[in-house]
Amino acid sequence: MRRPLLRLAFAVALPVVLVAVWWAASEGSSDPFWPPLRTILKTFPDVWTADRLRADVLPSVLRLAAGYAIAAVVGVALGTFVGSYRRVRAVCEPVLEFLRAIPPPVLVPVIMLFAGIGDMMKIVVIASGCVWPVLLNTVEGVRAVDPVMLETARSYGITGVGRLRDLVLRSASPQIFAGLRQALSIGIILMVISEMFAASDGIGFTIVQFQRGFAVPDMWTGILVLGLLGFLLSVLFQLVERRVLAWYHGLRAATRRSS
Amino acid sequence: MRGVNAALGAAGLAAFLALGEAVPRLSLVKEAYFPPSSRVASALAHEVSDGAFWSALGDTLVGWAIGLAIAVGAGVAAGVLIAIVPFLRETTASTIEFLRPIPSVALIPLAVLLYGTQLRSVLLLVVYASFWQVLIQTLYGVQDVDPVAEETARSYGLGTWARVRHVLWPTALPYVMTGVRLAAAVALILAITAELAIGAPGLGQRIAVAQASQAVPELYALIVVAGLLGLVVNVGARTVERRALAWHQSVRGEVAV
Repeated sequence: MRRPLLRLAFAVALPVVLVAVWWAASEGSSDPFWPPLRTILKTFPDVWTADRLRADVLPSVLRLAAGYAIAAVVGVALGTFVGSYRRVRAVCEPVLEFLRAIPPPVLVPVIMLFAGIGDMMKIVVIASGCVWPVLLNTVEGVRAVDPVMLETARSYGITGVGRLRDLVLRSASPQIFAGLRQALSIGIILMVISEMFAASDGIGFTIVQFQRGFAVPDMWTGILVLGLLGFLLSVLFQLVERRVLAWYHGLRAATRRSS
Repeated sequence: MRGVNAALGAAGLAAFLALGEAVPRLSLVKEAYFPPSSRVASALAHEVSDGAFWSALGDTLVGWAIGLAIAVGAGVAAGVLIAIVPFLRETTASTIEFLRPIPSVALIPLAVLLYGTQLRSVLLLVVYASFWQVLIQTLYGVQDVDPVAEETARSYGLGTWARVRHVLWPTALPYVMTGVRLAAAVALILAITAELAIGAPGLGQRIAVAQASQAVPELYALIVVAGLLGLVVNVGARTVERRALAWHQSVRGEVAV
């Protein structure tokens, strides 16, 4: 009973201290850009009402989910294809490396040309930025599938979907998840950036509106909301990853114990 | 084998460029939105002969380099300190887990208010984003130290500093270098993003101007430059990593095995 309590205390202590320091240091602040934390927290419930959550946070999250899902599917599918054939990989590698090296936010102006400034543009921007880490990590993962296992599967006559699902994708999945994790943070960046450029709703749009109107405490609450959203998505990702890769983490723990 | 792969890669690149030339020429997409490769190339040549382009490139590189240097210095120092003091490790874990996923672009409005379009705006974003990459990798690296080696060093009477130098640092270095490589790429993304969104001088700002003035081939040319820059940063970071870890198994193993 004592251990978990102690761990909780350790986990909470520093955040509490930091918030207290922020509170105390900003209490008498008259700097317009650093309003007292008290003011920010008091503004929070006024700004982020249920209406605003529905009107601004929900559209942002839906666009992120759509773009991310497209990137995940396309990235894994293409990556499996490219990774499975040595020749294809050699042909595609320089082009893929170049496309990956383009900083994703610069795609916003280009994609605006094609897709206008609607939801479509944001989803395409998010998908086209997130797809590279997934794609290249899948290629790496598929390439590294144990050749002995591939031979074994062949001699047992395991082919087609079964081979893909139970052998190739499964042994590549730790790598694929590493790519998906990188893609998530890129996706959040692109969600915000695309809304800062051209939008009529969304978290990024709202925060910039506050900043332009010099509603500084409101802007701070927006930054807090983005922080919370980033944190929640990362926790969610960890939960999914832990479930899907449970076999892998178990295997690693076992080999570590035995060695 | 290597030569064949390089040839195939070059063929892939050529095919990619040819496709970029043919698709708009055949009016499969609107040429106004997607100029053929040759027009992008001539816009690129035009950019390269422009002095303003080079000073923008210089601005971007300066923001990137200073930001990366601060992030690496702070990340390694904080990482080693946190990792070797158990009390700090336990108390900071939750805070790090909470702060790390906060998207750095959330700070854009704050940077605009505080510093406007100065270099400091760019640095704020770059340092925040790349600091975590280095810190987390350093923490992993220090935790990976073999307890037997650590105990051996202790029983031979090595002091704290000697143990950090000869036991901890060699173990952590591969992780730190991974962190630096990731941070280098992230720093470039954030430097160009900050210029694009805030208007601080640099490549990103030139991209924003090209977009606003509907100079589509120039827009593509600048994006190609941004991609090449990213490529140079990636290759450069890998080279530095390989040099710094030339003694390490993971690098030596490639040749020996």
